[in-house]
Amino acid sequence: MTNPPGFPGAELGPTSSFVDVLRATNPSVSSGHPAHGTAAAAADLAVQHGTTVLALRFDGGVVMAGDRRAVEGFQIADERIEKVFPVDEYATVAIAGAAGQATEIVRLFQTEVEHYEKVEGTHLSLEGKANRLAQMIRANLPAAMQGLVVVPLFAGYDIQRGDGRIFRYDVTGGRWEEADFHATGSGGVFARGSLKKRWQPGMDRGAAVRAATEALYDASQEDVATGGPDVRKGVFPSMKAVTAAGIEVVGDDEIRDVFTRILEEAGTSAHWVASSPAREQHDVPGSSDAGDPPGGDGEG
Amino acid sequence: MGFTPYVPPEQLIKDRSEYARKGIARGKSVIALQYQDGIAFVAENPSATLHKISEIYDRIAFAGVGKYSEFEELRIGGIRLADVRGYTYAREDVTAKNLANAYSQALTTIFTQQMKPYEVEILVAQVGEEGAGDSMFHILFDGSVTDEEAYVAMGGRSDELLEHLRGSFSSGLGLEAAVRVAIDALATVEDHPMEPQRLEVAVLDRTRARRKFHRLREDDIRPLVTAATAG
Repeated sequence: MTNPPGFPGAELGPTSSFVDVLRATNPSVSSGHPAHGTAAAAADLAVQHGTTVLALRFDGGVVMAGDRRAVEGFQIADERIEKVFPVDEYATVAIAGAAGQATEIVRLFQTEVEHYEKVEGTHLSLEGKANRLAQMIRANLPAAMQGLVVVPLFAGYDIQRGDGRIFRYDVTGGRWEEADFHATGSGGVFARGSLKKRWQPGMDRGAAVRAATEALYDASQEDVATGGPDVRKGVFPSMKAVTAAGIEVVGDDEIRDVFTRILEEAGTSAHWVASSPAREQHDVPGSSDAGDPPGGDGEG
Repeated sequence: MGFTPYVPPEQLIKDRSEYARKGIARGKSVIALQYQDGIAFVAENPSATLHKISEIYDRIAFAGVGKYSEFEELRIGGIRLADVRGYTYAREDVTAKNLANAYSQALTTIFTQQMKPYEVEILVAQVGEEGAGDSMFHILFDGSVTDEEAYVAMGGRSDELLEHLRGSFSSGLGLEAAVRVAIDALATVEDHPMEPQRLEVAVLDRTRARRKFHRLREDDIRPLVTAATAG
């Protein structure tokens, strides 16, 4: 097939890929071109990093969630960043790593999937979408070698199989399917540990939302780059549930209720009151730990 | 050096136009009409997969009549153009007017410079936030563009269809009433009842979320066909 004169991608022939069209016609805006410089130079750049995202399967679908913090070195760059994005009606992608690079890959991926759907008149299979994302991550490898690492998590509802599925990636575009749950990003290891204890086969949507909230809370307690739920500012993890009915955004109100219940049941809500009596005792001037050198373990 | 006989430009254009018109007249027709919540498209199409009506971008749809392979090429070109533009700038920067201009340029080039003209007529339509913001651009095989309002008919028997629609169309119709008007026009002009499995019906519905294009299923179309026949 040739393209009509004046339209992009005339030399491409029959392709349903938007990335191919973009690379051919507008290489300056497509990502994946080799970057120059060294990893050390990249480390000096002020690059925003997204932190913890996770996904877990439940009976009839999958929940994808992410905290809301982005960091730039030791500073908090953003307290309300969005890391969980819809790809189409039945798939979501969540990002961890260099935020600028990652959001651009997500935007390219969203357009790629929609482009295919429009040109072909059918949805790309979930497996097909997962593979396409792997190729796009692989194309980012030159930038990843210089420190701009992007590691997404992909999850969606597989219409053919009638079940939720989760895929994780590494920087080389390696793609693995996870049977139960996965978490990635700086707090990912803590979220995974939390999910390992709480995930159960056949759990329902409500239980999955709770497990996701707890896992992100746990990660925020261990990892400074992960933001926990903040009731006072009204900042809660972003969360999406994907089922046969499509993508549903889990609202802040629901997560607030779940989080409040978690604190009540754990009996730890006192930790969240700034002026708790236990804390005030420690803060009395002249008490034993007031003269600790910075970096001390605080036990003295 | 080869011998090229002189052909007056008038004759050349006339021959090419006649060739294109004949090709288009052999195909089935498409009707597009505005209704309360957007723009509806109705076509008689024996194939359930080779569409005459399709989605280009969030608010923009495409309809083509004539030679399938040619308007399919234009359709894919349009999707590429729209997606590249929307990705490079922003989604709202993709407009039917921009696409119509690109199609017009392409068809003009093809009509004057290629061996044979395309045997197609196409429609690029866009819904706005309200009815006044809707636009429909009708582009002919030679690249000429007309900005249409209310209703458009393209293809084999478009003149008769327009004649029929002139009497039956009224503005502000609901979706079902509008589709019935179109089906009724097709059935009268083609002189045979319309079967739901041979009808392609789609809408640009401004009440939908980001992507306004929606294809009606056979089950949605069936009650409209029986109502149109009974009426």
